[in-house]
Amino acid sequence: MKTIYFDNNATTKVDERVLEEMRPLFCELYGNPSSMHTFGGQIGRRIGQARERVAALLGCEPNEIIFTSGGTESDNTAIVGALAAVPNRRKVITTRVEHPAVLAVCRELESHGYTVIELNVDKQGRLNMAELEEQLDDDTALVTIMYANNETGVIFPIEKIAELVTGRGITFHTDAVQAVGKIPLNLKSSSIDMLSISGHKLHGPKGVGVLFVRKGTRLSPFMLGGHQEAGKRAGTENVPGIVGLGKACELALTSIDQENKKVKYLRDKLEKAILKKCPDCRLNGDKENRLPNTTNISFEYIEGEAILLMLDQYGICASSGSACTSGSLEPSHVLRAMGVPFTAAHGSIRFSLSRYNTEEEVDYAIEKIPPIINRLRELSPFVAK
Amino acid sequence: MWEYTDKVRDHFFNPHNVGEIENPDGIGEVGSLACGDALRLTFKLDKDGRIKDARFKTFGCASAIATSSVLTELIKGKTLDEAAKVTNKDIADYLGGLPEQKMHCSVMGREALEAAIENYRSGGTRKHQLEGKVVCTCFGVTEKEIERVIRENDLTTVEDVTNYCKAGGGCGGCRGEIEKIIEKIQSDKIKEAPTAEPRRAGKLTNIQKIQLIKETINEQIRPALRAHGGNIELIDVEGDKVIVAFRGMCAQCKLAEFTMKDVVEAKLREFVSRDLFVEEDKESAQQPHNHLE
Repeated sequence: MKTIYFDNNATTKVDERVLEEMRPLFCELYGNPSSMHTFGGQIGRRIGQARERVAALLGCEPNEIIFTSGGTESDNTAIVGALAAVPNRRKVITTRVEHPAVLAVCRELESHGYTVIELNVDKQGRLNMAELEEQLDDDTALVTIMYANNETGVIFPIEKIAELVTGRGITFHTDAVQAVGKIPLNLKSSSIDMLSISGHKLHGPKGVGVLFVRKGTRLSPFMLGGHQEAGKRAGTENVPGIVGLGKACELALTSIDQENKKVKYLRDKLEKAILKKCPDCRLNGDKENRLPNTTNISFEYIEGEAILLMLDQYGICASSGSACTSGSLEPSHVLRAMGVPFTAAHGSIRFSLSRYNTEEEVDYAIEKIPPIINRLRELSPFVAK
Repeated sequence: MWEYTDKVRDHFFNPHNVGEIENPDGIGEVGSLACGDALRLTFKLDKDGRIKDARFKTFGCASAIATSSVLTELIKGKTLDEAAKVTNKDIADYLGGLPEQKMHCSVMGREALEAAIENYRSGGTRKHQLEGKVVCTCFGVTEKEIERVIRENDLTTVEDVTNYCKAGGGCGGCRGEIEKIIEKIQSDKIKEAPTAEPRRAGKLTNIQKIQLIKETINEQIRPALRAHGGNIELIDVEGDKVIVAFRGMCAQCKLAEFTMKDVVEAKLREFVSRDLFVEEDKESAQQPHNHLE
């Protein structure tokens, strides 16, 4: 059975060209870039090239790029490192819909005496800028707000937020794991101080990420024990990962516009068809300001895990914000923050596409999904005959 | 991805006895949309008082649907007295086991069956209702139900209880109470064993004491306060005096003194040392950090 992969916000396929670039770094060019010999030392140039490629995609300077082990480490480093740099400030502002890599860190900070403000979102998942502005004060050490939401694809007005926050002398970090490679960025003309990326969300390898740190931003290192990354992130570099991520960024830069036209077209086609063919469905999240690849649809009166298993029978891969899929008993914190009723949250499915998806795949899914929904509704005690 | 047995998958993809019996002899409804799963069971008896037909409708995940299907299979042909003996374990065993976090699905099956039998015996008038004290308000689980799953499945941790009946899986505010219920039942079981002394450390160095106080606040106290929109910060420890500040709702709560004395001190005495007493840091109490609406 063919796999139809509509779960690209979870992870993506590594581009073949990325893999080719990585391949020699395992058995041939396996040296340590910190070594004195040429064999190891030459690897440093590969890392330098990767750094330039990442910087080109982000529109920043290469020396503003720190390679990490992934999005989670980048987020942890940014938050903990920024707070350590301003020990006299004790307040952090974030949102209720952040990825756990940010939210869990912030909640942990509460037990160390920090005041953590979690900003609300409206029914469309949008922030209220006035609420943010009200919270900014002299005690605020850091504001960390995601660029685009992983569950709904909703994009926050990050440039405006960054301007507002940094204008008050407060450090601003954004988790841009879902945004980079999908929407164009230019950090040169932006006020963002720090930005997190993950390699495997943009057709690069797993286990590698980036933290962009604007020159002049105060940050204490999170990982200690080596001079790598200009002393900002200790540990022998994940050379194949870094090189792969560099290539993935280069590919993203050359294809971002065209790919997004295609991906957006496929997403829209899938979304429209589902909403039209299945009764009692609702779209979650701001329809306008949204990633081009993501759609989050709630099927009322049925449960997400059951839908996913039925989709799986046809090789269709997606995700759900239902309680049952995570092992927790409550549905997605993002949908709850948006005030999506429980009736809809338990039956929410996220489809996230990529440039590798085809129109045939979308047509196949459009054909298979409505009967699955009907079948489960026949089992549901909440649906009248 | 859950590891479901082939039997679970089979009963999910090809469920038996789906539907609703018209004019049933008994009907049992448990769960709700908010809880994430719900089951409506109907049955009809033959002239000998055996279950002739049983049907279900279920809102829920694959294991909820599979356990409902198995439940109807298990009770068909049984008298009501025989059917009433079916336990959640029987249902899970029939399926070759369920993932631990999904055991509550089997409990929901058993509850629906009980509700349906009760409905029949009351002449169709009584509907399932919560009996006794509600311990978990997030999922509406009573003390009686928690006690039952602990006894029937020999559960020993709060996590187990959450897996089996969801209690404690929401805000977490009732986890302390669940722990007490487990302790009570497990110590009932071994009467001759000495009653459980709260685990308290022996002689502590200052550093160990402060560490233990921090742990107790993080694990025992903060979750309960958070559930009510509050928070607590440890300011200092001077000998046996523990200085804390309340945040959020707690800071302005009229019952602050009561909360502090009642919860914080009791917990610290239970887990750290009998000699501890708690004082509120007045200075920081005057600057409420209200972080919740």
